[in-house]
Amino acid sequence: MSELKVKDKDIVVPGDIVAEGIDFLPSYGTYRLGDNILANRLGLIKIEGKVIKLIPLSGKYLPKKNDIIVGKVIDVNFSGWRVDTNSAYSAMLGLKDATSDFVRRGADLTKFYDIGDYMVAEIINVTSQNLIDLTLKGPGLRKVRGGRIITINPNKVPRVIGKQGSMVTIIKQSTGCQIIVGQNGVIWLEGTPQGEILAVRTIEKIEQESHISGLTERVQKFLEENKLESKVN
Amino acid sequence: MSYKKRNDGRDFNETRPIEAKVGVIKRADGSAMFRIGNTVAYVAVYGPRELYPKFLQNPEKGVLRVNYNMMPFSGSGERVRPGPSRRSKEISYVTEKALLPVLNLAEWPNAVVDVFIELPQTDAGTRCAGICAASMALADAGIEMKDMVAAISVGRVDDKLVVDLNYEEEAYDGEVADIPVAVIPSTGEVSLLQMDGEISKEDLMKVLELAKETAVKINEIQKEALKKKFEVQ
Repeated sequence: MSELKVKDKDIVVPGDIVAEGIDFLPSYGTYRLGDNILANRLGLIKIEGKVIKLIPLSGKYLPKKNDIIVGKVIDVNFSGWRVDTNSAYSAMLGLKDATSDFVRRGADLTKFYDIGDYMVAEIINVTSQNLIDLTLKGPGLRKVRGGRIITINPNKVPRVIGKQGSMVTIIKQSTGCQIIVGQNGVIWLEGTPQGEILAVRTIEKIEQESHISGLTERVQKFLEENKLESKVN
Repeated sequence: MSYKKRNDGRDFNETRPIEAKVGVIKRADGSAMFRIGNTVAYVAVYGPRELYPKFLQNPEKGVLRVNYNMMPFSGSGERVRPGPSRRSKEISYVTEKALLPVLNLAEWPNAVVDVFIELPQTDAGTRCAGICAASMALADAGIEMKDMVAAISVGRVDDKLVVDLNYEEEAYDGEVADIPVAVIPSTGEVSLLQMDGEISKEDLMKVLELAKETAVKINEIQKEALKKKFEVQ
């Protein structure tokens, strides 16, 4: 006899009993203790048939291979750049992964990227000790100029992007901003001053309310309401 | 002389009024407040984040670092002097050991989770309030943990076994045993057990049962407080 103790999309906390009995399978964020399945994180429960999964609501970014991130150069050394990834680990961008130009031995690397520069980069490798290698070779990977940087909870990144980028497209269209969302929760955006402010407010709203259903409708409504205000002024 | 009635009119197995809140410190990765009677604990959790100096790093798993501090104006100034001391170092250490059994920091090699426990107001039972608040704040920070830790002080005042001693009882003119206990509710394991004073073996067993019962109730309050943060307004 197996019994679920929570509904789909319920919020659970560590130690909460999610299901009793052996018919369910614990997946990410849950574990088995005796006959029960318990949550080991704070998050939303997702039930997929017999498999019980947890979608975390908080927590730091854990680097993953092939993620596109927005990083900040924090150090320059002989063979490349050290990049802050908004996680517990900084990444290494090697010279060969940064440019296809010929660089003379001992050349000044700050000519390419200086400390404080932001860049859109892809993680090419993560070791067991979470040493990270980055690359700038790929479509859309580059240093960003101008605009502004905001940081959000990395667990909300999928909500800000939406299905196939639907949410971020809505924001781009109604604010006229260029937006790049890094998987590490760092977002770069550029547009008119009013557009930027509206985009930032919209993203903050998504971050706060993403666990409540009907998000897309609320965001669309919010954007429409505020669009009107700016026309009146 | 015998202790007939508790000085604040509580039952012998009744705790002081408890209030818990999560997300009280905005800039922290996780935070919580736990009030039990006149004892108030605020906890901020930062991380997992980079750990320096390097010799403190553990390449196998993340490190937990706890700092317990009574604020300069806390307490009545009678016995314990607030501020850094041998006592606060010891409490930081035992709190760390009380929390570690539930945490899983294997995903975070070479990183650190910092826990800051601050007590603006104290009236006995500070380490227990600190542990209760710290486990809520750690859950709020999205750290993987198999359960939360609930702590309560139990003991004996003269011939009576009591739960949750306040300062007046701790300083009672007679025989007193003060036993802080931290319990992992899902398994019933004890992760902190200290004692001030003396108690017979039979009484100790009875009082530990009381502690476990109370810990389950406190755990309910902790879980409720965490879920309340995400309630729909």
